[in-house]
Amino acid sequence: MTDTSINIQTGDDMLLPELVAHLRENRTNLRQEWAARITDANLLSAMTHQEIFSEATSVYDNYVEVLETGSVEALQHYARDLSERIIPRGVETDEVVGIVLLLRDVLARSLFEKYHQDFPLLNRILDAYEPAANRIANTVAVSFVEERERVIRQQQDALRELSTPVLQVRERLLILPIIGILDAQRARQLTEQLLRGIRTHRAKVVVVDITGVPEIDQSVANHLLRTVDASRLMGARVIVTGLSAEIAQTLVEIGVDLSKIVTVGDLQGGIEEAERVLGFTVIRPDDAQR
Amino acid sequence: MRNDKGPPTLPALVSILRQGAFLIASIHTALDDSQLLRFQHELIDRVGRDRAHGIVIDVAALDVLDSFGTRTLRNIARMANLRGARTVIVGINPDVAFAMVELGTDLSGVLTALDLEEGLALLNATTAAGHSLPARVIR
Repeated sequence: MTDTSINIQTGDDMLLPELVAHLRENRTNLRQEWAARITDANLLSAMTHQEIFSEATSVYDNYVEVLETGSVEALQHYARDLSERIIPRGVETDEVVGIVLLLRDVLARSLFEKYHQDFPLLNRILDAYEPAANRIANTVAVSFVEERERVIRQQQDALRELSTPVLQVRERLLILPIIGILDAQRARQLTEQLLRGIRTHRAKVVVVDITGVPEIDQSVANHLLRTVDASRLMGARVIVTGLSAEIAQTLVEIGVDLSKIVTVGDLQGGIEEAERVLGFTVIRPDDAQR
Repeated sequence: MRNDKGPPTLPALVSILRQGAFLIASIHTALDDSQLLRFQHELIDRVGRDRAHGIVIDVAALDVLDSFGTRTLRNIARMANLRGARTVIVGINPDVAFAMVELGTDLSGVLTALDLEEGLALLNATTAAGHSLPARVIR
């Protein structure tokens, strides 16, 4: 969407103001008809009649404004705002496109009704109306899709943030439980969070638990090795725990050298090993009393 | 070669302080190759003069550590070791750390720690307690 103004100069400059005046005059009727057709077509089923009617009013006014001023900026803004409100309620792209096309039809029909006696004039009116109407439909649809993509991206980011927590379990001991597929992007993000976590928590030992990782490929395995090396450069030791039988087999078969990494069977063992390194001893209170 | 007439060999780019049996060398800004070599020379020289048993090199101010820098640090560690001092590199930033392993720069065999405090603690732990103090000869 590079250019936000519509050029509706089709010879007769008076056509458009006339068109706008007509739409203003019949605002109530056309709006009602449109809202009725939206309901008939079972569009926007997630919304109540009142809501449909009030949104329809706003869209209608914006629509007429675009025809009058030739600038879709305000409409774009409104469409994005509307999308933000209706996306969480499960409104789909086809519904949004559907209602805008319905409005186009309703308005075209009313123009036809008004000018059908003067066919050449009707033709010129439609010449002025159609490109603008198409442009409006396009703007609304694109705004909706863009908004939806933005929401999806936001959710993906949130998921990614959540997917690699760096948790402190004891002073200077962090655990990093990884659950789900480790792809290159996630592995990179994991490294970043781990290295920053080491600095903020002043960690000396990090237990990376990959019990929840179903499989690992060569590049991710190498990335893991580099992460361990980088952690060492920052003065932290990494213990990897929970390598499944499948992963162990894969790693040996593809020849990834894990001899530099300390691995322990499960998370519990890893934490115990880390505690040993840090000089912690865990004693049960009743054992200590004896 | 130290030039006694000219300005100090290392004008505020690095500082080398003595703390007990240890030397603390801080690099304040990015050094070019010749400055790095001067730093290396000065530091190894100081190991002997101050009879140091350990060196902490703080690189927290650096945003980049290239292969020459890494090699110099590794060489310092080896040379210092030959003169009886252990070396710990501290303060490597997360980004620097990952860039170093991505580039395959090898700092294995050199001790590393999070920061100065940790580095000194590591030196205290690795150099035997009695060894880190100058021996006292009692009649």
